[in-house]
Amino acid sequence: MIQTAHSETPVPAPPAAGGGHGQLDVMGAVFVFMLATFIGVMVIQRVSRLLHTPLMSLTNAISAIAVVGALIVSAGKDHPGYITALGLVAIFCSTTNIVSGFLITDRMLKMFKKREKVAE
Amino acid sequence: MSAETLVQLLYLVSTALFILSLKWMSDPETARKGVFSGVAAMTLAVAGTLAGVIATGGTHYWWILGAFAAGAAVGYPLAQVPLTAVPQRTALSHAFGGLAAGLVGTAKYFLYFGQHNEAALSPFIVIALVAEILLGFLTFTGSLLAAGKLQEVKWIPQRPVTYPMQNLSNLALFGLALGLGIALVLHPLAPWAPWAFGGIILLSLAFGVLLIIPIGGADMPTVISILNAYAGLSAVAMGFVLNNKLLITAGALDGSSGLILSVIMCRAMNRSFFNVLFGAFGQAQVKAVGGEEKTYKEDTIESAAQVMEQASLVVIVPGYGMAVAQAQHKVREVYDLLKKRGVTVKFAIHPVAGRMPGHMNVLLAEAEIPYTDLMEMDEINGDLPQADVVLVIGANDVVNPAARTDKTSPIYGMPIIDADKAKTIYAIKRSKAPGFAGIDNELYFLDKTFMLFGDAKSVVGELARKLSGEGGH
Repeated sequence: MIQTAHSETPVPAPPAAGGGHGQLDVMGAVFVFMLATFIGVMVIQRVSRLLHTPLMSLTNAISAIAVVGALIVSAGKDHPGYITALGLVAIFCSTTNIVSGFLITDRMLKMFKKREKVAE
Repeated sequence: MSAETLVQLLYLVSTALFILSLKWMSDPETARKGVFSGVAAMTLAVAGTLAGVIATGGTHYWWILGAFAAGAAVGYPLAQVPLTAVPQRTALSHAFGGLAAGLVGTAKYFLYFGQHNEAALSPFIVIALVAEILLGFLTFTGSLLAAGKLQEVKWIPQRPVTYPMQNLSNLALFGLALGLGIALVLHPLAPWAPWAFGGIILLSLAFGVLLIIPIGGADMPTVISILNAYAGLSAVAMGFVLNNKLLITAGALDGSSGLILSVIMCRAMNRSFFNVLFGAFGQAQVKAVGGEEKTYKEDTIESAAQVMEQASLVVIVPGYGMAVAQAQHKVREVYDLLKKRGVTVKFAIHPVAGRMPGHMNVLLAEAEIPYTDLMEMDEINGDLPQADVVLVIGANDVVNPAARTDKTSPIYGMPIIDADKAKTIYAIKRSKAPGFAGIDNELYFLDKTFMLFGDAKSVVGELARKLSGEGGH
């Protein structure tokens, strides 16, 4: 009944789901997650404290990468209507974050000026 | 080249650009490049996904275009909010992110359930699905509530809401969700399984509310960071479900960012994650402050201006009160006038000043104060004994010496800005009532402290007028 997740188990691609790009590779996915977390922690530790607010709005926009999943769910050919509808709402939410996240980050960053010479 | 290879190549470049995007945020000089890189990465991600969808025969393109357009139409005005509203905008967008992840997870489960797709609902996938909807929907309601609190929506209580057995009942509900999750992992295709799935959704929505109601404004920077991490982790879980490495990477970057910010915020308040989420900060403040009656020493703005003119180093400590009063532009006038007279002016920024990480820096940068004069707490504390004047604008807990000395204080152990070590202290305060956390501040009763009561914007504006020579000195 219950299939154990194992890389050698032949997993048939879900019909027309369009979701799984390639074979399900559990350990591969976990490896990617671990490495990405390490990179993330190291890169973000070096972000200047000055920029923590823009950092958060930038990562907001980046987490809207959920749009990828939303697209896959909405565009599926034989998906029932309510599945498509859920996906479309998710596209709407993610796009909101992409647009507002990147725009406001740039708007804030433009304000950070060095201006060594203040009128003396 | 097959469509699949093209998709993976686009994802690969997109991942690299996302990492570079965050790397360039390390310095204000390169940070804008980071935004462009992020936009490029996102464009490639969407292009790659569309390519994959087209290759496998997708439909509904007009609907999808419509959803994109609607999202952009709502997103654009959200990017134009005043900078004082950035914390609630951020919370709102965490809510959108959480909802998107939750909905995709729900759609995927019901799709597989409808197809009776036993292979797709392997235990690993179901665990990832449960994590995705749990984190997604919890982030959705939690962030909405946080946004409401930050926006000071009337029917949302500002003060922490606590009730007896709060943690115990939360824990019981969490156990229930966990039980449903385990049942779902074991029997994802049972006739009752969709009900269990729905139950987890409802419980997650409830958790979001229950986690945020006991949290007060002063804890918001930590909470926003934690919700940021959750939104990222729900994207990671989605990546596991869809076997999509781009989702996993981008989600992990977001998750680690939220994690690091939460750790920094917790450290800045000397509290643990656990304590922030389950500690109910509000309880300690119920104690009547009464007892000994202390009196404030007031001073006129004119004499404050005179003292500052004579100073060689003035350190300004901004807090949430400055943001509320929108006083940052007036602060800039004072900064310019003092600089013109040869006074060195620095800003001392506590990591948790304001309502989100870095809040003060953005407001002061908006007022065109050069970021080279915005100092972190650790950088400036060594200079404070040499400061002739410290000007506290709408900050309270972050300069309260009780954090160093009073073991009974709820903020004991929290690193603070050593404002009390300066030669003279001026503190602008809206009223004589205790601050947000309801804790009395000894700093205000020191011999060398003088209070300037009033709205931060008008007091600082008046200060600028006196400094510019109007009204003489």
